[in-house]
Amino acid sequence: MKALSLKAVNKHFGPVQVLNDINIEADEGEFVVFVGPSGCGKSTLLRIIAGLEDVSSGEVFINEQAVNQVPPSKRGIAMVFQSYALYPHLNVAKNMSLALKQEGLAKAVIEERIQNASRMLNLTDYLKRYPSELSGGQRQRVAIGRAIVRQPKLFLFDEPLSNLDAALRVNTRLEIANLHKQLSTTMVYVTHDQTEAMTLADKIVVLKDGRVEQAGSPMELYNNPANRFVAGFLGSPSMNFLPGDLLGLNGDTVIGVRPEHIAINENSAMSATVLHVEQLGGDTNVVASVSDNPVTVRLFGQHAINEGQQINLQLDKQNLYLFDPQGIRLDETSVRH
Amino acid sequence: MQVHSARGNVFNATLMHGALLLYTLIALFPVFVILINSFKTRKAIFREPLQLPNAESFSLIGYETVLKQGDFLQYFQNSMIVTVASLSFILLFGAMAAFALSEYRFPGNKWMGLYLALGIMIPIRIGTVAILEMMVATGLVNTLWALILVYVAQGLPLAVFILSEFMHQVSDELKNAARVDGLSEYQIFFKIVMPLVRPALATVAVFNMIPIWNDLWFPLILAPAEETKTLTLGSQVFIGQYVTNWNAVLAALSMAILPVLVLYVIFSRQLIRGLTSGAVK
Repeated sequence: MKALSLKAVNKHFGPVQVLNDINIEADEGEFVVFVGPSGCGKSTLLRIIAGLEDVSSGEVFINEQAVNQVPPSKRGIAMVFQSYALYPHLNVAKNMSLALKQEGLAKAVIEERIQNASRMLNLTDYLKRYPSELSGGQRQRVAIGRAIVRQPKLFLFDEPLSNLDAALRVNTRLEIANLHKQLSTTMVYVTHDQTEAMTLADKIVVLKDGRVEQAGSPMELYNNPANRFVAGFLGSPSMNFLPGDLLGLNGDTVIGVRPEHIAINENSAMSATVLHVEQLGGDTNVVASVSDNPVTVRLFGQHAINEGQQINLQLDKQNLYLFDPQGIRLDETSVRH
Repeated sequence: MQVHSARGNVFNATLMHGALLLYTLIALFPVFVILINSFKTRKAIFREPLQLPNAESFSLIGYETVLKQGDFLQYFQNSMIVTVASLSFILLFGAMAAFALSEYRFPGNKWMGLYLALGIMIPIRIGTVAILEMMVATGLVNTLWALILVYVAQGLPLAVFILSEFMHQVSDELKNAARVDGLSEYQIFFKIVMPLVRPALATVAVFNMIPIWNDLWFPLILAPAEETKTLTLGSQVFIGQYVTNWNAVLAALSMAILPVLVLYVIFSRQLIRGLTSGAVK
């Protein structure tokens, strides 16, 4: 059964087209991540799934039921917002129970669900506190708890980690991954952070300017990007793009090569000047210039390389990507000999 | 003694507190004079207006007159009903209009907001004759409803203006979270938005309360009958063209301060939050 399907969804605000013929499906229990730069329409898409925004045309199905006319609370969804959106005047327990009370559930049932959720999220000691008395991470957990208690068929996350600091973000990311394992409910997650997308997703949907650029598993997209945008968006540091004539190809062709597929080799013919070195301890990122094209090289371990130094670079021919000037992926067999 | 610290010096602090104290004295002085003189004999009021009542000059004659003359409790009750009812309606309808203006996009939204705010600039008293004609036509003259309706009309523009500004600040995500949680638009208004703009509601209440309580104009024109007289109008019987019963006037004024003071204390905690909220953060 499909937990979610979007069929030919279009959305425009006045004359501005923000979503263009979106077709996406999610299996039950799948973790789907919408990723894209800001303004690509990913949050609008999530709001359409939630029912907070109407489609201009197209259809939305949740658990194979058309929900175009169904209000948010009747769609069997729960949503976690970017700003947490906790009710400031209600304590943690009341924040979590509001939706259940609206549904008219029995007091005992509500109590039990809150106990379960707060145990799962380590919130048991904070049930009487108000949101203003909680730290950012705790607020985020309350927001997640408020979603869990509803036992939805579909979880929607709208950039839930963007307000947290770096360390907390990694922790909470793991917690969300664990949560998905425990609950095995379908989750739809919106982010602009490709690391979150790669680490959490079963399926990534890359959006740009209101269109789906590519959808698939993280490794599928990483290893086999459909176009230059997807190739450049996923992976950190991101893929290098070089003019084709560096390898004796047509000058309009763009060569894409990931930083880890470039090596420093004295015997190679491609010479470069080191512009900048990032020592990360485990990795060393070298930014060099090849005939005025910046190239990032990712080396494992620590290397003594200085700015201004001349080095020679060797591209891994088995891992090159070619794109036409419009960014469409070309067949690479010609260069992989 | 350390004169300078990181946050200013003693000289500046003294000067500042001195200025504030002076202002407080100036502001409280009239009230103080009214209070002390209300407990004095008529002679003492005129001979030594600034002296505290002593054994010789102490007299409750003012209060006795006020309580005997006319139905003072009735006036009191009328004032209270008019003020509380007007405030409730101003807050309820003002908040509802503000919510609609800030929350929903509809054609003419901006114009509607401007139209509603226009009333701030036009004094309602200009329309007194027309209002009187309307009240006569609807048979509302000499009822408390006449006053309540006029005060609600007078208070709504500012209420809508202030409240819609505050409601803009209630985050959309919060309202959307409530929608996902299954709250209806009315429940979002009453359970989420209203509690969050409580400081603004208190601000609007205080701004409206005092002019309504003190108003003489409309009670005199629209509801001068004995059974609908408000406190301010009732007190006027002691002010004559030739003779004014100062004991009674001062006693009536002293008593009139009390309820406003109580209401003000109730609202003021919220008011301070309202005036300063958004100043930081």
